[in-house]
Amino acid sequence: MTTEPYLAPGLAAPRPARDGLDEPYWTGTREHRLRVQRCRDCDTYQWGPEWMCHNCQSFAIGWVEVDGRGRIYSWQRPHHPVHPALSDQGPYIVVLVELPEAGDIRMVGNLLGDPLQEVRIGAEVEAVFEDHDDDEPPYTLVQWQLVSPPA
Amino acid sequence: MSEHTIRGRVAVVGVGETTYYRRGESPDPEFVLVLKAVLNACEDAGIDSRTIDGFCSYSNDRNMPARLANALGLPELRYSVMQWGSGGGGAAAAIGNAAAAVTAGYADCVVAYRGLAQGQYGRFGSGARTNAVSGPPAFTVPYGVMSPAQIYAMRTTRLYHDHDISPDTLKAVAMAAYHHAQRNPRAVMQGRPLDAETYDQARWITEPFRLYDCCLENDGAAAVIVMSADRARDVTDLPVYPLSIQQGGPHRSGATVHNEPDYVTSSFKTTAPRLYAQAGVGPGDVDVVQSYENFTGAVVMSLIEHGLCTYESANEVLTFDNLIAPDGGLPLNTSGGNLAECYMHGLGLQIEAIRQIRGTSTNQVPGASVALANAGPMVEVASTALYGTEEALG
Ligand SMILES: [Zn+2]
Repeated sequence: MTTEPYLAPGLAAPRPARDGLDEPYWTGTREHRLRVQRCRDCDTYQWGPEWMCHNCQSFAIGWVEVDGRGRIYSWQRPHHPVHPALSDQGPYIVVLVELPEAGDIRMVGNLLGDPLQEVRIGAEVEAVFEDHDDDEPPYTLVQWQLVSPPA
Repeated sequence: MSEHTIRGRVAVVGVGETTYYRRGESPDPEFVLVLKAVLNACEDAGIDSRTIDGFCSYSNDRNMPARLANALGLPELRYSVMQWGSGGGGAAAAIGNAAAAVTAGYADCVVAYRGLAQGQYGRFGSGARTNAVSGPPAFTVPYGVMSPAQIYAMRTTRLYHDHDISPDTLKAVAMAAYHHAQRNPRAVMQGRPLDAETYDQARWITEPFRLYDCCLENDGAAAVIVMSADRARDVTDLPVYPLSIQQGGPHRSGATVHNEPDYVTSSFKTTAPRLYAQAGVGPGDVDVVQSYENFTGAVVMSLIEHGLCTYESANEVLTFDNLIAPDGGLPLNTSGGNLAECYMHGLGLQIEAIRQIRGTSTNQVPGASVALANAGPMVEVASTALYGTEEALG
């Protein structure tokens, strides 16, 4: 699934780290695949990306695709525009999503839909891809939408 | 008592602060502010500034010890240490590093300091930014998570959820700080009291934080001088003894993209027990508390993690009446703190704890003999200190 950009244009664009650590993530999102780190030796999931497995100290960190189902672990609703690009944005919702199928690792994104909606911790969400094809270089963000929108 | 301790071996002999200015309003360059704070601390201690032979700071302070020593014409620089970690997590640790140096004999007279002139360098708020991010910020900034308030707000959302903490506790923390600032002539918010209605009607910065839940941004500088306990008794009538100063973070506190395994924490669950153990006192011995407010929600977590209340009792203990000096049971942030005195990255809170032990606070807790002052809750490396009178050494 895809979505139009949630926030007004003009925020800093993400770029893969120059050391290559997170490149599989960013190439994955361009293909609308959500990839996270998983240790090839002990199967521990890990996020954010690091060169070593925090559980067994293996350098054999692999990347696996997950199906993008999660639940809201926490959230906030920024009102104050901290960046000039957001001066006409109005309130927006940031969610911290945990992925039960991937060791409860957490990801930050926006919750699609009404920015003033009530947010419930524990609500089921799914990943949605937000393409920025016209940026140079292009990139794709991962956003989140409720699996069962409120009635 | 363990041999490996600063307790009883070192003392704070002097504290110094510049005027505290609103952000961008300092008439002096940042480096000049630091020099003035250091000289003020020397005057307070009654020592010649050429006695100084070491400097400690934190948070990547721009004013390097070699430049300070050169400007002051010091005979020799023997100790020059930067505390790693972001935010104000190093405010207590910088004093701890000074104390460690004196205890180890690396230097005899060490200054912990911090200078901030936001107007000259900028820090947060609105402003032009680069148009690309990489590394961990690439996973947060494009979603509009940039400011410290935005980075830390979701811990408080989850605190409410996990422990039924009332938002009224945050309000009480803010109101107590403003109440104390009204009696403190150094406070930038003196003359600007905060009532409950004003707090409630203030705009959201990011839910769950309103305007008054967030620290100020200021210009100024502060300094604390540490010497050996033996020499301290020669130079001052008011030595204040660090009973223990601890720094650190819990398991994987440095995890990125909000993946710290223990998310709802001020990062003191491991340091606070070590703090009390080395100090030889317990939470019940603490007479007055300076708890770093980057955000009020963090203060609630810090007080709980320091054993000053519990998750279950927080809603009853953390009330305005109970948090104010001199009569409250848990006098908190008696200078006005980062919310209402000045945001000097928490060094002002350390100085206020020292003042309480000297008996010279503008909101003095009568007979205070043990004061707690923590620094930088929620950041990956935080620090926390206990100060006491000579009697508290036992
Ligand atoms: Zn492993």
